[in-house]
Amino acid sequence: MFTEFRMYLWAIAMSFAFAAGPAHAYTVYVSNEKDNTVSIIDSETLEVTGTLDVGQRPRGITLTHDGKQLLVCASDDDTVEVYDVATRQLVKNLPSGPDPELFILHPSGNPLYIANEDDNLVTVIDLEKNKVLAEIPVGVEPEGMGISPDGAILVNTSETTNMAHFIDTTTYEIIDNVLVDSRPRFAEFSNDGTALWVTSEIGGTVSVIDPSSRKIVAKIEFEIPGVRAEAIQPVGVRLTRDGKRAFVALGPANRVAVIDAKTFEVEKYLLVGQRVWQLALTPDEKLLFTTNGASNDVTVIDVEALKAVKSIAVGRFPWGVTISSD
Amino acid sequence: MIQCSETVRRMQNETRSEAGKCRVRRIIGKLNFQELFHSAGFNISGSVSGTLTVACLLAVLVICASPAHASEPDKVEIALVSQPQELPPKLSNLDVPPADDGVAGGELSIKDNNTTGRFLGQEFTLTSVTLAPEEDALAAFNELLDKGYKFIILNVPADRLLAMADAARGKDVLLFNASARDDRLRGKDCRDNVLHIPPSHAMLADGLAQYLVTKKWRRWFLVVGRRARDAHYAEAVRKAARKFGAKIVAEKSWDYGPDARRTAQAEVPVFTQGVDYDILVVADEIGEFGEYLAYRTWDPRPVAGTQGLVPTSWHRTHERWGSAQLQSRFRKAFNRFMTPLDYHVWAPVRAIGEGATRTTSTDFAKIRDYIGSSDFELAGFKGQKLTFRPWNGQLRQPVLLAAARALVSVSPQDGFLHQKSLLDTMGTDEPQSECRFAE
Repeated sequence: MFTEFRMYLWAIAMSFAFAAGPAHAYTVYVSNEKDNTVSIIDSETLEVTGTLDVGQRPRGITLTHDGKQLLVCASDDDTVEVYDVATRQLVKNLPSGPDPELFILHPSGNPLYIANEDDNLVTVIDLEKNKVLAEIPVGVEPEGMGISPDGAILVNTSETTNMAHFIDTTTYEIIDNVLVDSRPRFAEFSNDGTALWVTSEIGGTVSVIDPSSRKIVAKIEFEIPGVRAEAIQPVGVRLTRDGKRAFVALGPANRVAVIDAKTFEVEKYLLVGQRVWQLALTPDEKLLFTTNGASNDVTVIDVEALKAVKSIAVGRFPWGVTISSD
Repeated sequence: MIQCSETVRRMQNETRSEAGKCRVRRIIGKLNFQELFHSAGFNISGSVSGTLTVACLLAVLVICASPAHASEPDKVEIALVSQPQELPPKLSNLDVPPADDGVAGGELSIKDNNTTGRFLGQEFTLTSVTLAPEEDALAAFNELLDKGYKFIILNVPADRLLAMADAARGKDVLLFNASARDDRLRGKDCRDNVLHIPPSHAMLADGLAQYLVTKKWRRWFLVVGRRARDAHYAEAVRKAARKFGAKIVAEKSWDYGPDARRTAQAEVPVFTQGVDYDILVVADEIGEFGEYLAYRTWDPRPVAGTQGLVPTSWHRTHERWGSAQLQSRFRKAFNRFMTPLDYHVWAPVRAIGEGATRTTSTDFAKIRDYIGSSDFELAGFKGQKLTFRPWNGQLRQPVLLAAARALVSVSPQDGFLHQKSLLDTMGTDEPQSECRFAE
């Protein structure tokens, strides 16, 4: 009887706890470019729960689709490291090719497409067989990697060539190149595959490309009172699953732009930490995490309220961010 | 069959030696096999057996070839004229200027342009002419004009540059100054067919001045070397002091002659005695004595200018804004650090490439007009787009402030404002400019 009562109280307490916080506690992984670590953050407590020592100059970071392995581009070690999420131990290195910067997984979870910044290549790796499937020559300083939701088209952006290269994922051939503004850093497909967003860091713009015609349908510019135009340098982009809203990290403007993804109008600028580059949404799309390289922290944004709710100190020069699916 | 194998092996070897390493790589793009075979030195005709064709096809497929473009690419031919100026004295010459200084920067840029060019069927070449100091640079320049070069990068002293600009006047030629820092080239001696890549003396001095003033090191002791170039540098330092509210509390010429290594310890303390100052600013472009001043001054004071804390366009310690990538690509290709001169040749080649990409054309006039337009922007690894000042053809750019092994700061400093571009807080601004392009 007494035990039952205690369990009843426990159940009530738990239901309150869930009502107060997010539905899930996700795990957020942040690569710190300058101190060779990955900070691990609990999305519910918004505290750093651990730090992983990784290879040199970690930049791109992602989780395998089963959530069991964490992949980190160790750029200066010329490898992609694979960590076991449960044990936090290094499992293996992938033959990524030199200077891997950013990568993306096929929607099926395999293969992995890696941008090799120094060698003007995109390397395709079979994760299960740990084998290079192809090396695709692209423009100078490849970085941004996007993949269409059906997995048919891979897009790589090259920072010095200033193009988005459309690559057929079955033939590994470039089928088209779209010229965008200077220094394209990131490519992101909308969930329905009808739009591709490419940021241009030096150009200060975002090009929205129709992937079927490969034409630029909109070019988004930014204007922030009191911020010099040259400081507005778009890098990371995230779109909500319903395709209604986009978030764009604006680098040394220290802001994230909130954009209506249908009208391409900027709704709001959210002040975050310094030199904001990459972004990640929690799977429930309630929180957005930003990496702020120059202030060594991560800003957490409440997506519904469109407000920054917390800054979390991480390692030196946080670069990439990825979040577990549960 | 034998002919095919040999040809393919030759192609493989060529590709290997060119790339330094060879990987089996898929050939992408619209590959025209017939053209590829043709370029390999033989034709496919009806009489060629099926076996031969298949064997050759397979062999060609494993060559690490770049994607061939279907048609003959349009070419942009760029020339570089270098006439090395007076070299630093042997005695302080710890860092031997590389034999390919400048040229290497151009070659890297050509490689980048060609990587981009394959997507548009454009090809870029660089012809480099290096002359001894006593050779007739103008004759060599005229020869390039006769050969039809329209984009010419000049690593020559100011007077020779002016002679070349005047020789090319009225012709379809665009010149890029890659080394002369003289303010007069951007002022009273400006030419409308020259674009200037290196920061002028005024830009360098202003970039340094902003930092020193920010640090509240406002009282400067100026030490000037014995060459005309040093006098030009010193004049820019004096102007920068006036512009940013610093004061030259003392000024001395260094006339102890060149080799101060053994005598500096005795000479420098006396030379710097009896002045109340914050920082020693030295104007010694060739590096004759400036390195010997630090740690030897009577009072403990830092050194800046041509030695010590140096304002510059490029430095090996610069790694921000993606420049780590450019530095590492350069080091991989040439096994040395990228110098300012390499950057000054890299940038115009890249600007021409950008012009060809944006206009999807290799036509001289189109590229020149694009570079001269307000649409032009160069991603020069300096954290913001670089553009040309329309009133004198100078490339706007942040100025790095570097110590020997560390980047100290980048100007413009916070708080120095300008109505148009913060970069225009450095160098002679439009209203003050004496440059009047001839109509």
